[in-house]
Amino acid sequence: MKRAVFRNRLLPWVLLAPQLAVTFVFFLWPAAQAGWQSFLREDAFGLKTTFVGLANYSRLLDDGEYLNAVGVTAVFSVSVAVLGMSVALLLALAVDRMVTTARGYTTLLVWPYAVAPAIAGLLWWFIFNPTIGLMPHVLGLMGIDWDHSLNGNQAMILVVIAAAWKQISYNFLFFVAGLQSIPASLREAAAIDGAGPFRRFLTITFPLLAPTSFFLLVVNTVYALFDTFPVIDATTEGGPAQATNILVYKVYVDGFLGLNLGSSAAQSVVLMAVVVALTVVQFRYVERRVEY
Amino acid sequence: MVERRPLLQAAAHLVLILGVLIVAFPVWLAIVASTHPQEAFQTGLIPVWPGSHAVENYSAMLGQGLSNLGAPPLGGMLWNSLVMALVIACGKIAISITSAFAIVYFRFRFRMLAFWCIFITLMLPVEVRILPTFKVAADLRMLNSYAGLTIPLIASATATFLFRQVFLTIPDELMEAARIDGAGPMRFFTDILIPLSRTNIAALFVILFIYGWNQYLWPLLITTDEGYYTIVAGIKRMAEAVDAIPVWNYVMAAAVLAMLPPVAVVILMQRVFVKGLIETEK
Repeated sequence: MKRAVFRNRLLPWVLLAPQLAVTFVFFLWPAAQAGWQSFLREDAFGLKTTFVGLANYSRLLDDGEYLNAVGVTAVFSVSVAVLGMSVALLLALAVDRMVTTARGYTTLLVWPYAVAPAIAGLLWWFIFNPTIGLMPHVLGLMGIDWDHSLNGNQAMILVVIAAAWKQISYNFLFFVAGLQSIPASLREAAAIDGAGPFRRFLTITFPLLAPTSFFLLVVNTVYALFDTFPVIDATTEGGPAQATNILVYKVYVDGFLGLNLGSSAAQSVVLMAVVVALTVVQFRYVERRVEY
Repeated sequence: MVERRPLLQAAAHLVLILGVLIVAFPVWLAIVASTHPQEAFQTGLIPVWPGSHAVENYSAMLGQGLSNLGAPPLGGMLWNSLVMALVIACGKIAISITSAFAIVYFRFRFRMLAFWCIFITLMLPVEVRILPTFKVAADLRMLNSYAGLTIPLIASATATFLFRQVFLTIPDELMEAARIDGAGPMRFFTDILIPLSRTNIAALFVILFIYGWNQYLWPLLITTDEGYYTIVAGIKRMAEAVDAIPVWNYVMAAAVLAMLPPVAVVILMQRVFVKGLIETEK
């Protein structure tokens, strides 16, 4: 809160106008429409629209495909977060030991942040291409038959790897920052008391990284839930047999390709509720981080 | 570092080298693939060592594109991506810095309401409200235009919060001194606030440029005229064509060109970028 402020009445609104206009026209109004649409149902020809109350929502609960997408999304987000964060933590711990080479390693590890998720998907799709790809060949030598266009589990592995690969550099930077903020004196004291590197990691470093890890967990979940649309679209398109059909992808397929407006709108509203919940968690946590 | 442990140090180096290799591996294969002739992909395995057709492949993609497969030349798509990324980055910074200025330095009715309206945009990612947003853009005749590619994505709660945070740390005395010297609000804004937030603007620019360049779903929906395709969204259309005819050399050349500008920005501005990324998310 500022003590000194300007007194103009009109000027603040002029300054806010562009932001508020875009927010209203492209964020709030469409979101409200999605909310309204979720209570309506159009007939097959789009001629008649009737108010159906919560029917679109209750239908979702009976819809096997939707429940499948919920399960797929849960598996996908947990795997992406765990894989991306554990690899990043390992790399951050290793960089934290470096003195002269830390900057060089960091440069070599941060650039994938700039690669578009769609391109990341395309690159891994190429590597895992069943006919000419490198990985199916290597896996074939080990007796594993790879074809993600037929095998749902393999398709899931492909999209998880592609999505997590892109996120490693982001997680890495935050873990490095988190490690740097742990006072060296704590670790030195523990070393003098005879604690080895693994003991120190378990009893000092890891607990003190908890705020960073929790923050990254939320961010990675949001990433896996919403920003991975291009990864799916560029690789499996939700297939085979819906094995990688995550919720955001289903909203798009049902709304844009299937033109099932009511159901798509209800799914949008459910997803908005998820984002609201995650944002609240994130901001409450940020409040607490100040005390840490 | 606490103590000398040569073995652990060696293990750490090993982990990092493996990490760097894993991270670079897919991109290496893409670069390699973009240097081979088309025949290299018809049988057997993808090559792992560079070939001799780099110049041919890249000039073909930049020149005529895959016209016979329905993909336009990359030059135009790269230009569209650049316009989109620059307009989004500059636009977001401009409208966010003025919003933060209004919220921090003025007292007016509904100030908190305005703040919350901006805050709410954090909770409404495009992916979640695509259909109605697309309809609004279509009604405003924004399909196939630069305005349609950029304006709907230009609101930014994150940037507004960052600038609000920066302004709150600027001492009140500066503003009082400016006022005593006879400076009005806009003078104070341009002569004091903007210079003081220069480093934050630079960091934010890097992050938002990448955000804009890497947009996928929105350009895919809003453009049907190939004159407005962006490269990241255009690649999907190209990859679909590849399913029929294996022109992986061309697709990978396009992927490399699509990665190059944002990756170059991150590497060249690494220090600003890392600092900015960690501060923005706080």
